[in-house]
This record gives sequence, structure tokens and C-alpha cells, in this order.
Amino acid sequence: MADNVKPRVRVPKTAAKDEVITIKTLISHLMESGQRKDKDGQVIPRSIINRFTATFNGETVIDVQMEPAISTNPYFEFEARIPDAGEFVFTWYDDDGSVYEDKQTIELA
Amino acid sequence: MQMNLDRREVLATAAAGAALIALPLAAAAQDGETVKTVDELIAEFTGGADAVEGDGVTIGAPEIAENGNTVPISVDAPGASEILVLAPGNPTPPVARFQFGALAGSQAASTRIRLAQTQDIVAVAKLADGSFVRSSANVKVTIGGCGG
Repeated sequence: MADNVKPRVRVPKTAAKDEVITIKTLISHLMESGQRKDKDGQVIPRSIINRFTATFNGETVIDVQMEPAISTNPYFEFEARIPDAGEFVFTWYDDDGSVYEDKQTIELA
Repeated sequence: MQMNLDRREVLATAAAGAALIALPLAAAAQDGETVKTVDELIAEFTGGADAVEGDGVTIGAPEIAENGNTVPISVDAPGASEILVLAPGNPTPPVARFQFGALAGSQAASTRIRLAQTQDIVAVAKLADGSFVRSSANVKVTIGGCGG
């Protein structure tokens, strides 16, 4: 499932000091739940992204443990406080061991 | 005329019978032995402490979701460190567990989830003082989202 996985993140380019900004993230992933069956009646094994984290300059913003009930192409929207200029790191952890990462820098306005 | 009425009765009885048969099947699908119950999952999250019904955590969800494959929800619990989201009517109830770090701008998040059927989704939040609150929201699902 490591192919065609593409993270998309929307973060403002600048923020005032201690401003609270909204972040939207989306990653293309089937999120196979392990509940579905193929046309021969065999259960399709679970294959999902099971964890998502967002950090800013190494400090945690949000850490989400994800279950098969999260929809295809997992989407998260949340808020972060910006104490300083720096870099966001967004990380998704796949059941198959793959790790997908996206980084965004932000300047103080 | 008499013949037609009989046929209607037969059809109605057959439909009622089919509905009765379907019910236990739907219930059995939820009772897999390895699936933890909602109460067990909440107890695991709270470490056995009581989660009281309260305003400390709110769920934003549509009253009616036409497509259970992707239902937009949000959870909000000011000051909380963690929020657990459960869908008791799904084959496996856990949905997500949000942990908020030092740089979280708010203790809130939105995502999209799968719901197999109409149900009350549950959110449990661990508040700043270490206590737990819970809340639920009913979502009517027109088309279930767990495939077949």
C-alpha cells in the first residue's frame, strides 16, 4: 500500500507570535478496514494508517491513534499555537511499516 | 378479488419474516468475541475511573449522514489532554484517540469517519484536572460504511 500515498497539508506561510493557526491535512490512502470481502468471499486484510502526528520545532501539537473506522484518504483539521518561526513535521505511520512525512516552514509575520 | 387479498397477505407476512431473520444477524455481527465492548474501551481509557456525562466534551456530527463511508465529525474539549472517540454500532467500536501536545492551539479536531449504521457515537475526554467526561451524538446513517 506504499504506492500512491501522497500527503497534502495546508499551513499558512506566516503567523504572528503566539497566533493560533488552523492546519488541514489529507493523505491519499485506501484505509482497508479488514471488514470487507472480495468477490470470492475472502476477507481483505486490514491495511490502514494507524497513527498521525504533528510536531512544531520538535514539540507535539497533536498525536492521533487511528482505527479502521477512519475514512479513506484520512483528513484531519486542528489548531496549533506558533511560539516562534520554525518547522512543522507531519508524520503518518502505515500498518505495513511505511512512514510518510511532510514538512512545512512558517515565518513570523 | 379474494385471490389478490390473499396474495398481499402472503407477501406482507414474508416481508415481516425476512425482517425478523435479518435482526439477529445484524446483532451477531457486532458481538465478535475479540471485539471489546464500549464499556471496556472506556474503562481502559480512564483507568477504571468514572466518566460522567457532561459539557466538558462536545461532538459535532451531522444528524443524518447519507453516506456512512465518510461522516464528518469534530470533537472539542477545552483543556483536555486526550479525547477518545467510539462508534458503538460499528463492527469494531474504536475510531480514534486524539492526544493534544503543548503546542495545540485548541483541544479540538475534525476528521471523517466510517459508520456502519445509525448509532450514538461517543466521545470521552480526559480533562486538565484528570477527571473524565463523556458525551454522545446520534447520527442517522442512510447507507452503511463497512462494505460487504
